[in-house]
Amino acid sequence: MLFALIGIWLLFSIVTDGVFLNSRNFTNLMRQTAIVGILASGMVLIIVAGHIDLSIGSMVALTGGITAIANVWWGLTTPLAIVLAVLTGIVLGIINGYLIAYQKIPAFIVTLGGMLIYRGIVKGLTKGETVGPLSDAMQYTGSGYLPLWLSYILIAVSLASFIKYFFTLRKNNKSIATAGLITLSLSLLTVLFFTYINSYKGLPIPVLVLLMVAATIAFIAMQTPFGRYVYAAGGNAEAAFYSGINIKSNLLFVYIIMGILAAVAGILYTAQLGNATANAGRNLELDAIAACVIGGTSLLGGKGTIPGALLGALIMASLDNGMSLLNIEDFTQDIIKGLILVTAVWLDITGGNSK
Amino acid sequence: MYALQMQNITKSFGNVQALKNISFSVAPAEIHALCGENGAGKSTLMKILSGVYPYGSYGGNIIWNGQEVRFKNLSQSEHAGIAIIAQELALVPEMTIAENIFLGREICNKGIIQWDKTIAAATALMQSLSVSLNVQTKIKDCGVGIQQMVEIAKALSKKAKLLILDEPTAALTETESENLLQILKKLRVQGLTAIIISHKLNEVLHVAQSITVLRDGESVGTYNASSIDEEALIKSMVGRQLSDLYNKQLRKPGKQILQISNLHTWHPKTNKPIIKNVSLTVHSNQIVGIAGLMGAGRTELVETIFGAWAGKCDGQITLNELKHFPKNPRQAIKNGLALVSEDRKRFGLILQQSISANTTLAALKTFSKNFLIQNKAIQQATTQSVAQLKIKIHNAKQPVAHLSGGNQQKVVLAKWLLTKPSLLILDEPTRGIDIGAKAEIYTIIQNLAATGVGILMVSSELPELMGLCDTIYVMNNGTINGSFETPYSAESIMHYATAQH
Repeated sequence: MLFALIGIWLLFSIVTDGVFLNSRNFTNLMRQTAIVGILASGMVLIIVAGHIDLSIGSMVALTGGITAIANVWWGLTTPLAIVLAVLTGIVLGIINGYLIAYQKIPAFIVTLGGMLIYRGIVKGLTKGETVGPLSDAMQYTGSGYLPLWLSYILIAVSLASFIKYFFTLRKNNKSIATAGLITLSLSLLTVLFFTYINSYKGLPIPVLVLLMVAATIAFIAMQTPFGRYVYAAGGNAEAAFYSGINIKSNLLFVYIIMGILAAVAGILYTAQLGNATANAGRNLELDAIAACVIGGTSLLGGKGTIPGALLGALIMASLDNGMSLLNIEDFTQDIIKGLILVTAVWLDITGGNSK
Repeated sequence: MYALQMQNITKSFGNVQALKNISFSVAPAEIHALCGENGAGKSTLMKILSGVYPYGSYGGNIIWNGQEVRFKNLSQSEHAGIAIIAQELALVPEMTIAENIFLGREICNKGIIQWDKTIAAATALMQSLSVSLNVQTKIKDCGVGIQQMVEIAKALSKKAKLLILDEPTAALTETESENLLQILKKLRVQGLTAIIISHKLNEVLHVAQSITVLRDGESVGTYNASSIDEEALIKSMVGRQLSDLYNKQLRKPGKQILQISNLHTWHPKTNKPIIKNVSLTVHSNQIVGIAGLMGAGRTELVETIFGAWAGKCDGQITLNELKHFPKNPRQAIKNGLALVSEDRKRFGLILQQSISANTTLAALKTFSKNFLIQNKAIQQATTQSVAQLKIKIHNAKQPVAHLSGGNQQKVVLAKWLLTKPSLLILDEPTRGIDIGAKAEIYTIIQNLAATGVGILMVSSELPELMGLCDTIYVMNNGTINGSFETPYSAESIMHYATAQH
């Protein structure tokens, strides 16, 4: 899939005479990836656990709507509005997770219902109006950039952690050459990324949030018992149950994480636009699922990675961005995205069979 | 002239020879029984006959109605008039009796199903089997007895001339079994030939004309049913020396670990009693066996102790002098229990995950600090387990799906040993495992007992129980029918396991 991404980038760069990968559009591309990437990080856990969440597009609209209402109508400060939106996300996650894990209603049904209900609620709350404009501080979270000096600190911290990673690799009996190559390419990529993105206006705040979210979720998935239990239960629920794993409470927690991430995405989405509408975030659930699947997550459960889903999100966003640059008509864009999704999974399946 | 002759059949799985030069013949319109302990090779032999193991994967010849046949798959043998009814019935629960009988061969006119004709034909078939049930009843609403009849009707509708039945009465009540046997007798008079695999020897003697006994993949002989009795049959089934495969150690039972008294359980859906008034005791430093046939309630018993039984239960269980009634395996594990279940791929392993992930799954919390997994501890534990149980692997990150059955079972054992159980329950611990790995697992089990762990072991392989256990309880039809101490008599254990009340 990495090659697919490089291919897509090369193709778009050539046909747009390099506009696609100039620092301005690259920044835009990253910003476009952020929302779907954040949602896909949570969706990976849900799909790995063997379930699905169709309600996150509506959750983005509802939490975003609440952010805007709190900020604009009630005049709450940015941090308070954010806390309120995240709490809403937690409640929605608890509702979804409880019905699916403890009441055994199929996730497809629960979240299909949620998709309608949450959208209905936000329509009712906003009374069909556009709620805006948000306060400047609120808008900064969506459209602002990380100050340069902070990005330098970030680079330093990343490089330090890569050096630490080098020694972990060495302890795991990797040769100096392999460990060095891995650390060096990671460092080079980081420095290149920041130099390039700083040559425009800097790292967009939503991209910063995406990086933190993805790192946290990936860490939880690999380095906590909870994360491993999600993979175990998705891989073989019966064996997991017989190994003493509390599948229900784990699943509930997965949906709560999804709720939180949907709220984060909702806040960024609304802040980016500067206002909230009831129609916000339509089809985001499908983009997130597509990103996971393109990134190698199995809909049968038990298999999938966060980096894979990020790659999937980046591919989807690149297609959107590139085709918009080329002024390709909307209907053609939909057809192409659909074809790519089906082809990616088809290649994955045939590739898996030939092994 | 015989209807069927199987000549010098041999079959190996890897290094294990499952069938050694087996020959037997079936006369036309005869019911021929195949008897033998689990693992003797009966099912393998029938899978060869029906083409499940295709021609070329076995040695020897099959002569069917005077001609040599070489089946490559099930549909070829069906075409030749041989139908096999497996132990697990292959019916679609949400479809009706009529639909199931003609599934794949629907009675059609220009591509449109002729329901009138289908229902009439199905009704006629079922009536010929003395079943007067409406054929538009869904399979899920029929009892196992009726389902068995539907399978037979399906076979007859395909014009089968030889019917193979693998343990047809294992899941049936006594009346249902009696019914089935009567039908088989009637079909025989009408000219049908049948091969029946059964553990219930009184049934076999009642319905069959000749009996072929298999033992360890070899044919012991074919007997005329009128000239042999149950005792003689048992003797020829089990008559072998206990080899030093087991290398039985001397043990002195320590303190009492598990005590069960008057345990009852009921089926979660039908509420039928499954376990009836079971009491037993396991001490530390002791291996206790549970013998019995499939369906005797052994797995249900250990699932109840382990908190994995979904139905109602009643009675007292004491574990390490504390009351023990776990609601789920999590609680049971906390109380010091571990269960190596009978189906390791289904209940024991996450197949696509690594050896290290599977080994540490049940004890993962003990390898974590502040909610974070300690990778170093995981690695150490895996390396130690692999060495201790002699698991043959390339590296610990390899998926367990790629391991052999014996090594997979050792991974399951390793997973449970890391939880440091005081009582280890083993359900068919050596099923589908080659003889070398078996011997290793026997050593592991005995070494564990020597460290003071109590072991409760369910097995269908009697020699294994007699070779390892200090006490053997025999289960039959949900109750404990008797208990034995060394020196064991295989004949009387088999008698208690197969006797019907």
